[in-house]
Amino acid sequence: MSEPLVYTFAVDGDNFTSAGEASVKMKKNLRMLAISPDIIRRVAIAMYEGEINMVIHAGGGVATVSVYADKIEIVLKDNGPGIADVELAMREGFSTAPETIRNLGFGAGMGLPNMKKNTDSMSIESALGVGTTISMTVNL
Amino acid sequence: MTPYQHSVSLNSEKCRGCTHCLKHCPTEAIRVRKGHAVIDAARCVDCGQCIRYCPHQAKKAAYDKLSDLPKDKWKIALPAPSLFGQFDNLDDIDYVLQGLLDCGFDDVYEVARAAELVSDYTRRYMKEKSPVLPVISSACPVVERLIMLRYPALVEHLLPILPPIEVAASEARREALAKNPKLKSEDICVVFISPCPAKVSYVKNRTLENKSGVDFVISISDMYFELLGVMKKTDDSGSISKTGRIGLSWASSGGEATAIFNEKYLAADGIENVVHVLEEVDNGAFPELEFIELDACSGGCVGGVMNVLNPFIAKARLRSLRRYLPVSQNWGDLSETKVPDEVLVHNDYHYESVSSFGSDREESMRMMSRMEEIFKGLPGIDCGSCGAPTCRAFAADIVRGNASIDGCPMLWHKDKEENKEET
Ligand SMILES: Nc1ncnc2c1ncn2[C@@H]1O[C@H](COP(=O)(O)OP(=O)(O)OP(=O)(O)O)[C@@H](O)[C@H]1O
Ligand code: SF4
Ligand code: SF4
Ligand SMILES: [Mg+2]
Repeated sequence: MSEPLVYTFAVDGDNFTSAGEASVKMKKNLRMLAISPDIIRRVAIAMYEGEINMVIHAGGGVATVSVYADKIEIVLKDNGPGIADVELAMREGFSTAPETIRNLGFGAGMGLPNMKKNTDSMSIESALGVGTTISMTVNL
Repeated sequence: MTPYQHSVSLNSEKCRGCTHCLKHCPTEAIRVRKGHAVIDAARCVDCGQCIRYCPHQAKKAAYDKLSDLPKDKWKIALPAPSLFGQFDNLDDIDYVLQGLLDCGFDDVYEVARAAELVSDYTRRYMKEKSPVLPVISSACPVVERLIMLRYPALVEHLLPILPPIEVAASEARREALAKNPKLKSEDICVVFISPCPAKVSYVKNRTLENKSGVDFVISISDMYFELLGVMKKTDDSGSISKTGRIGLSWASSGGEATAIFNEKYLAADGIENVVHVLEEVDNGAFPELEFIELDACSGGCVGGVMNVLNPFIAKARLRSLRRYLPVSQNWGDLSETKVPDEVLVHNDYHYESVSSFGSDREESMRMMSRMEEIFKGLPGIDCGSCGAPTCRAFAADIVRGNASIDGCPMLWHKDKEENKEET
């Protein structure tokens, strides 16, 4: 099977309460495929963090998950403000999350590092005023 | 009006009259008379403090037993979110929900889901209704009753939206009827799994016109031990849980307030802190605040006396359970800005003063000055030996005719010693 299975989720930036739903839906899809729970968990976590970031920091975006025979690829694309210093943003503990969101337990500055930790490769393309695209793969 | 029904009561055989509970009762509802504690029903707010502090387990909460549940009905379990914080090594709420089904429930509806709806309605209410600020949460029945008994000026601050337990009951019923067309409403039995006696009282005391949708209330601790026997850690129980971060956060202090997405809030927990905040707000303090969440139990509902675990451990466990959950999975129609009528509580709160000396002003002033007079003659050390929590409360009891000055053993001592000196 060479054609990947592709799932696309519009991540709504206007409805903060729905943040994180796409990764739940994706998890349900993955559970129906013969994929080990550990892989499902890593994909779900990486996607969750990226999705939350798009809602909190970028006003929403699109998440695309492609399941290949040997890997799962997650692409998160937004047209938000972009990340000024990617290296700094990748550091554990760096966060610009606003206070109201911190109260809900976000804003520890652990999202991007957690995405890196849970995937086999990760790349960030970001331009100020244009947006951010994050691509991650998890090998099966 | 039918008298308020309580779920906290005393087993006088176990009570040794030790006075431990007296000082912990926030409304001074307890007296020790003839060697046993008695609870003044008019004052008790069912907070459970006396259960917590009684060294002889003489205070108890009344609730339904699992064996009381009718066998032939469609039973829906409504687990309070604090239930999920009780288990060791739990990484998915679904195990608990599946466990409830395996214990014989036909269906489950997480109260946390309804809590998310209540958060949504509260956000709308704050925006659309221009309420009297700060709005005070009405989800903890102890706080609601405390305000009605002692802080009449704060009644209009109470959030007039049904608490999650009631919203859960009606949503659960509606869902069950929609899913099972053969079912009739009277075949359904809604069972709340509660962290505290206050919720038991809340259910019992809803009025006839406003009957609670909850039919039975059982305790988290009873359910916990039942669940331990059936819960398996099999993978892939499907996904039953429909709760997000917000719903689970409601179990601990601050969860309700943070879900409003407004920084101008205060969240206090533990009955002493609650009373302290209410006093201050009653005096007009904190004009800048827009929302106040108050939980009678320390830590929030995870601290309710019908839980099993230490509240702070439960809170930490819930925090890790919610880690990768969506912010919320339940909200109303996004284009809708109104609070639905069926969840609005039409304020029929009325102030029932329990501390005043009656309704005749002059008579009450006479009683007050007698009380001050008596109080001056008391040692003022609040020792509790008379059976009242403080010397002032004892003086008030005397004026009301509920106690006699001979009840103070410290005065006898003083008399004796003075007599000695004289001879
Ligand atoms: N899609 C994005 N668009 C713009 N800025 C972003 C984006 N994703 C991350 N950032 C920036 O990078 C910072 C670090 O992100 P990270 O996910 O590690 O932490 P956080 O979101 O602030 O907190 P946490 O993820 O622990 O809740 C963010 O605070 C934000 O400034
Ligand atoms: S439940 Fe609370 S209010 Fe009632 S008697 Fe006990 S301590 Fe007092
Ligand atoms: S804080 Fe929660 S558990 Fe404690 S009395 Fe109030 S509602 Fe019950
Ligand atoms: Mg993040």
